[in-house]
Amino acid sequence: MDSKKNILVFIEARNRKFAEVSLELLCAADRLARELGGRVEAVALGYNLEDELKTLGRYGCERVYYTSDARLAHFTSVPYAKMVVRIIEKYQPGIVLFGATTMGRDVAPRVASALKCGLTADCTDLKIGEHQIKDTLYQNILMQIRPAFGGNIIATIVSPESVPSMATVREGVMKLSPVETEKNVEILPEPCSLDEHDFLSEVLEVIREEKKVNLKAAQIIVSAGMGASDPESLALTKELARILGGELGCSRPVVDSGILDKDHQVGQTGITVRPNLYIACGISGQIQHRAGMAEAKRIIAINKDPQAPIFALAHYGIVGEVKDVLGKMIKAYKTKA
Amino acid sequence: MGLHLIVTVKQVPDTHNVSGNAMKEDGTVNRAALPTIFNPEDLNALEEALKIKELTGGRVTCISMGPPNAVEVLKECLYRGADDVILISDRRFAGADTLATSYVLKCAIERVGSYDLILCGRQAIDGDTAQVGPQIAEKLKINQLTCVAAVTAVDEKSITVKRSVEDGYEIVKSRFPALLTITAAANEPRSANAKKVMTYKNIGKEMCSLSYDESYLAADACAIVDHIREWNVEAIAADPDQCGLSGSPTKVKKIQSVVLSARESRQIANNDAGIGELIHELIEENIIG
Ligand SMILES: Cc1cc2nc3c(=O)[nH]c(=O)nc-3n(C[C@H](O)[C@H](O)[C@H](O)COP(=O)(O)OP(=O)(O)OC[C@H]3O[C@@H](n4cnc5c(N)ncnc54)[C@H](O)[C@@H]3O)c2cc1C
Ligand SMILES: Nc1ncnc2c1ncn2[C@@H]1O[C@H](COP(=O)(O)O)[C@@H](O)[C@H]1O
Repeated sequence: MDSKKNILVFIEARNRKFAEVSLELLCAADRLARELGGRVEAVALGYNLEDELKTLGRYGCERVYYTSDARLAHFTSVPYAKMVVRIIEKYQPGIVLFGATTMGRDVAPRVASALKCGLTADCTDLKIGEHQIKDTLYQNILMQIRPAFGGNIIATIVSPESVPSMATVREGVMKLSPVETEKNVEILPEPCSLDEHDFLSEVLEVIREEKKVNLKAAQIIVSAGMGASDPESLALTKELARILGGELGCSRPVVDSGILDKDHQVGQTGITVRPNLYIACGISGQIQHRAGMAEAKRIIAINKDPQAPIFALAHYGIVGEVKDVLGKMIKAYKTKA
Repeated sequence: MGLHLIVTVKQVPDTHNVSGNAMKEDGTVNRAALPTIFNPEDLNALEEALKIKELTGGRVTCISMGPPNAVEVLKECLYRGADDVILISDRRFAGADTLATSYVLKCAIERVGSYDLILCGRQAIDGDTAQVGPQIAEKLKINQLTCVAAVTAVDEKSITVKRSVEDGYEIVKSRFPALLTITAAANEPRSANAKKVMTYKNIGKEMCSLSYDESYLAADACAIVDHIREWNVEAIAADPDQCGLSGSPTKVKKIQSVVLSARESRQIANNDAGIGELIHELIEENIIG
């Protein structure tokens, strides 16, 4: 079989648990591999993960290249990057996918640099297609789709001249859809061909801190944009989230201006959410924000500008001042409920 | 003994104030149409370098690859306390993706010579890729510590940092040389020093020839910079094929303006009756409790 048709997913294990995004990527890889006629493969680094790795068949994974070593139990950049490079060089997949987590974003660029291949960050969609450069037509290559620049543009990026094509994808962007018939996972042990000089980082301490907000699991999200960032509007936004039993979300400039914590940010570079109800308060609805919430089942948009792009996406649009509208919503809810 | 700290800084379009014609037909950014700023997290990287220098002594060298206008961010570095600044500029660098960018910066850093630490911003706001830092580290074959939220200890041989990760923090130590990527959480960047602004405001650029004076970095720590060094492809001994567009494996295949799919959208009247009805409907449909 032509190894270029295979798709390799970097499996991230933190504390012996797989990151959700790794499983999501296996599902996405399964879809792409069917189109290519290839196989879904994974690379996993860690220590004593065999039992866990067998469960990956549920997500379409057929093969795992696995290096077990006590020194790999905790992530450090150089050893992880070197092992991934060696496995890619040995098995030559055509496509390699990483979660856009702190680990994925640390290791993927190092791997791409070592292999001199392209890497597209934070893709929101992946497809198979073709691309012509001068006289050469490249077929069955990865289309790396991401919103770009300023918000009104979707760019399709390709890197056909260097193999593999590599991309990172944020958690929640690809759907977790276990395959119909679980695959039998073949685990291929790869020796840890690293020496002491590769272990340059010493992890002295790991401090676990539960994130206070859990946007991903929320069924209702009330989000503040710059139009709801003054203290009074923000207080009302929080109040509505609280009485509806929802979580507070926000757009990126609200985080950038230090008003809310990064954990609240919805969007391409924040969190992708699919709640039952999303209430966008004073959010213009640029593509990077929409990338994170367009799949909410119901969207209510409140904006004083009737032309705001968010209205094209909303199921219910209310043109008006955030303060004014939220006041009325809170009142209506308190009296009806 | 002091440390030599290199900071990479980028001039970026102010993506918070982007308007319509941001992209050109060919898919590259129309920088001319946008106001530019100092990439925010690069200010944090510079601040961290200046703080380390205050502790250990040494020099801070700032490097930027960009068009001639990027000299503005380098002047900002001088205003805040950088010792040396270098502009890497050449038409052949244009159109670089992160791989080509990191290659050029790696060549420039090798040209500068010895260093203990390289500090980058975690990411640049024009693309949010966070790739250039790790790629420079790989090309120089040195260690990297990304997403640094605080430097907790530094001595003459090593540095200890707090890295921010999904489920908390890690305290990680590395010997020199190493590359750090610094996040906005790390510090509060200082503002420009008025006296330094006066000193450097009107300094010019010096077009670099091949003959770069190797000895200048060894010069007195407080030597006055009266020119901003500008290096081209030859000055950093880079392979032109690995620079700019030709050194960039990623190609923009197409760009599409976003057309929002028209949804069945209902306009709700902004009055008590309209909003009351909406809330009622959502309760009826069990969307809210
Ligand atoms: C690489 C990249 C990644 C990005 N990632 C993200 C991301 O993950 N998430 C994200 O959200 N953004 C992201 N952005 C930023 C995005 O492009 C927009 O800039 C951002 O979403 C705009 O936020 P906003 O709508 O809150 O603010 P603005 O664009 O300032 O809009 C404010 C809106 O509020 C309305 N308004 C103002 N006052 C009132 C009032 N009193 N009552 C009612 N309405 C009012 C205005 O009409 C306007 O529509 C990214 C950008 C880039 C370049
Ligand atoms: N053209 C450049 N010149 C200097 N530094 C850069 C350049 N591009 C990126 N960097 C550095 O790399 C970091 C990450 O950039 P990016 O990968 O584009 O998100 C930035 O914060 C800068 O420190």
